[in-house]
Amino acid sequence: MKFTLGKFALPLYAVLTFIYLLIPIFYTFVFSFNDSLKTNLIWRGFTFDKWLNVCQREGVCQAFGNSIFIGLISTIFATALGTAIAIALVRYRFRFRSSVNLLLFLPMATPEVVLGAGLASQFFNLGVQKGTFTIILAHIMFCLSFVVVTVKARVASLDPALEEAGRDLYANPRQVFWKITFPLLLPGISAAALLSFALSFDDFIITNFNAGADMTFPRYVYTAAARGVPAEANVIGSAVFILAIVIVLATQINGEIKRRRLAKKA
Amino acid sequence: MAKEFVARGADLELKGIRKEFPGFVAIENLDLTVPAGEFFALLGPSGCGKTTTLRLVAGLETPTKGKILIGKTDVTETKPHERPVNTVFQSYALFPHMTILENVAFGLRQRKIDDPLGKAKQALNMVQLSHLAERKPQQLSGGQQQRVALARALVNRPSLLLLDEPLGALDLKLRREMQIELKAIQIEVGLTFLHVTHDQEEAMDMADTVAVMNQGRIEQMGAPEALYDRPKTVFVAKFLGQSNLLVGEVSSTSANSVSIDVAGNKISVPKDRAEKHSGKIAVGFRPEKATFHTKKPTAKSDTNVIGPGEILDIRFTGVSNQYLIEVPNLGNITVFAQNMGQSPVIELGEKVWISWSVDHSFGLADLPAGNEEE
Repeated sequence: MKFTLGKFALPLYAVLTFIYLLIPIFYTFVFSFNDSLKTNLIWRGFTFDKWLNVCQREGVCQAFGNSIFIGLISTIFATALGTAIAIALVRYRFRFRSSVNLLLFLPMATPEVVLGAGLASQFFNLGVQKGTFTIILAHIMFCLSFVVVTVKARVASLDPALEEAGRDLYANPRQVFWKITFPLLLPGISAAALLSFALSFDDFIITNFNAGADMTFPRYVYTAAARGVPAEANVIGSAVFILAIVIVLATQINGEIKRRRLAKKA
Repeated sequence: MAKEFVARGADLELKGIRKEFPGFVAIENLDLTVPAGEFFALLGPSGCGKTTTLRLVAGLETPTKGKILIGKTDVTETKPHERPVNTVFQSYALFPHMTILENVAFGLRQRKIDDPLGKAKQALNMVQLSHLAERKPQQLSGGQQQRVALARALVNRPSLLLLDEPLGALDLKLRREMQIELKAIQIEVGLTFLHVTHDQEEAMDMADTVAVMNQGRIEQMGAPEALYDRPKTVFVAKFLGQSNLLVGEVSSTSANSVSIDVAGNKISVPKDRAEKHSGKIAVGFRPEKATFHTKKPTAKSDTNVIGPGEILDIRFTGVSNQYLIEVPNLGNITVFAQNMGQSPVIELGEKVWISWSVDHSFGLADLPAGNEEE
């Protein structure tokens, strides 16, 4: 009796958890096809209109584009800086190394409200005009920690002898980095970049404190929610979700193909 | 711009090398010359400074003091990629994101040498792995990876090839095979090999010259036969094979021999095989040079005899029997008897005398731990 209970309870629990997790996404997706009027709360019939004319609603696409731009720029800077810091922290012994390690954890541990408010007052004191620039600065700051942590794990698992072998085989330090270190760290670096893009694209709290008049997608949805979120927001939300799923699947399939090819050769 | 391959090996000279790391001194004061074309082994226990020496030659570490010369050129200040030296790393360090062929061609490509892939293929042929050229390193066995690492270094025709415990990760059988192969390749290419190892059999088997290293210093250097036949310090006597050591005051000297008194036994050693001729000295002999007798042998001037002792332990190792014999007031003595199918039948606890030729004795410069002079 107990055996059968265990046999059914676990899958049931798993299914329920997934339903619980996926319902909001499912709801968002379904209502992106709603033939809504001003608000998108009641089902009024199926239409492709919102998907086809997503940019016709004022401000949606501009906010979306802004978020993409901010995400890309922040990711590039945070990834480049974070990778360099991660390599330095693992490979070199320098003064204040452990303090740097600790300080890098702080932005992850500090509540976003505090970070956002703190930055806002700092920008105010320095007299910096709030806008896209201040958002990017804020995003680079909090993405940096995540990049360092992700890449550091990869650097730590990299045998230093590989770089030494490169130096031994007539490669100067720059060539060693680009031909050996970088390709071997690439999986970690790309994971860090994806993570920091997702964090930046998604961020509302810190952004809201430091945006000024600049509109990002999360801010747009938040503002619109006061009047009822337009279906166009559902369209963009669903599209981003689908894109993320496609990226994950593509990486998985690509990895599987490589593994099979290797197995075949061996 | 294609650079010419170096056709021959070059001399390596280390002059007054000292290397300090934060908190300890790895190498105290090292002078070493490795003649061109020689297979040279640095032998020592872990932590003796042998790998540091190798890394200094490769340029992966900089000496605190001293000079490194390769073929009369001072390379002390140059970077690893500027030195005509290649290394076979202990972990092989094959680039996991490149094929075997690209791994081997890496050094050639860096130096912009013509036809890197063709030359890499030749090198893979030499180590009999050309059929695996398109594989990735992680698909190869340890022995195969080891050969690729060797090919990757040798293809550059360095003046000097450094080998850092290259056979350490292989199993015994494969290690013996690779030893033979490595030696054959060294003779074929005629390069200078500097081989670091803690395996004394490996060092004696392959090297023309062995330098025994201990605590950042070279204890003794020479041909393997000479080192084994006539160790000069306790460390060398114990590290290179096994030795029985007896300690006593010099009791008499003749024209060509020195005798010590050990618990009433007179042990002689030829003067030219002893480092010290007076005071308290240690005399040693190898277990395979000794024989034991169930009756006391008649005293002869060219033979040392001790005993009687009691057989404590007999170990069968296949090629030989190893006997541990306890001699009162003198300690435990090991005797090897080759397994000829007619080795003397002897029981545990039996009383025996041990003898060996005076010419097989050696007198050491220092004393075993616990026998220091007051």
